[in-house]
Amino acid sequence: MSYSNHILQSLDPAAGEAKIFTILQAVNDPEVPVLSVIDLGIIRDIKDLGESVEITITPTYSGCPAMDVISMNIRLALISHGYKNVIIKQVLSPAWTTDWMTEEGKQKLKKYGIAPPNPKQQVCNQDLFAPDEAVQCPHCNSYHTHRISEFGSTACKALYQCDDCREPFDYFKCH
Amino acid sequence: MPNQSTNQLINYLLSNGDNALIIGHRNSEWCGHGPVLEQDIAITNISLDLIGQARNFYQYAASLIGNDSNEDKLAYLREAIEFKNCLLVELPRGDWGFTVLRQFFFSAYQFYLYQQLQQNKDEQLAAITAKSIKEVTYHLRWSSEWVIRLGDGTEESHSRIVKALDELWSYTSELFLPAPYEEKMGIDISGIKDKWIQKVNEVLCEATLTAPSPKNEHTGGKQGRHTEHLNELLKDLQYLQRTYPGMEW
Repeated sequence: MSYSNHILQSLDPAAGEAKIFTILQAVNDPEVPVLSVIDLGIIRDIKDLGESVEITITPTYSGCPAMDVISMNIRLALISHGYKNVIIKQVLSPAWTTDWMTEEGKQKLKKYGIAPPNPKQQVCNQDLFAPDEAVQCPHCNSYHTHRISEFGSTACKALYQCDDCREPFDYFKCH
Repeated sequence: MPNQSTNQLINYLLSNGDNALIIGHRNSEWCGHGPVLEQDIAITNISLDLIGQARNFYQYAASLIGNDSNEDKLAYLREAIEFKNCLLVELPRGDWGFTVLRQFFFSAYQFYLYQQLQQNKDEQLAAITAKSIKEVTYHLRWSSEWVIRLGDGTEESHSRIVKALDELWSYTSELFLPAPYEEKMGIDISGIKDKWIQKVNEVLCEATLTAPSPKNEHTGGKQGRHTEHLNELLKDLQYLQRTYPGMEW
């Protein structure tokens, strides 16, 4: 079960929290606009306290500049649905991992031309000059790809190129 | 008014935040000047991670300091003498060899330090470092590979990194000389030092380099005694808030 489903099941539909969940499904990451904050797995908790709404989020990378914009977008989305007092809390622990990204999110990424993250157990080693992770080309599905740079256009991505169709592409790094 | 043990924790958080901010700023100076586009992006991504880590340390410190302290005031409105970073991180960026070797020394230190801190009994400190160590792992691998690439590369790259090694080495011992506020944090500094030395020797050996024999050791940064380079860096980093107090984007 994905992390977001886990959150969804913990919500009390009667308290209107499930409705907030649906609203958040339409709040997108400004850097990767096909992904919602739910797809990303950064929503930790939703509390409808009657007078106020409390959303707990967790950052992807420590320095991700999108987090402030994401908080603001969540606030604006809820306000536009009539919620008045929106409190956004940030927690760091447990640390975010790409394993919390939804399956749907991974599919959306691929369709958008970004290779989705591999499952975590495949990577995160410290070996120097380790062989490149086997990343599937989001355009032609070939596994004949190589890494151009471990760091890409944002902190969460690496740059790859396909050896078959020759297209360069972003890979959403396993983290 | 925070009590003594809270004060100690605040100083400890500031010293970790200052290390991350200052080396992050130094690396950010490469923006637009990296040797190739991909590495320009890599070093600035590393900056971003480090500045993000600094923010987490500062936010936590500010919440303990209370009053109207905040992360921006801590970064932009303290004098050099109040900064608690080690001297290693404030040295000018030098050439690419100097930058990647300094990053390697620092990332290896952060890695073994955070390995311990993520178990710390202070939950927020543990949370910040558990999150950061995932990023530091990337930095360590990237910088190790560059040290090897340059050391075991061409005559030119080898001679440049030998020079960097000679200059940087005498700044590394400060990492393992605890300041008073570090002593009661429950960290095994000599354990970190042993692992650091082992890692550094491994990578230097692979890079066909040898650690110089210890000469003069440069210390004092953790107590606020800095080189003139920090002042020059802060002039740049703090310029906007000093010139237009309270300015926001």
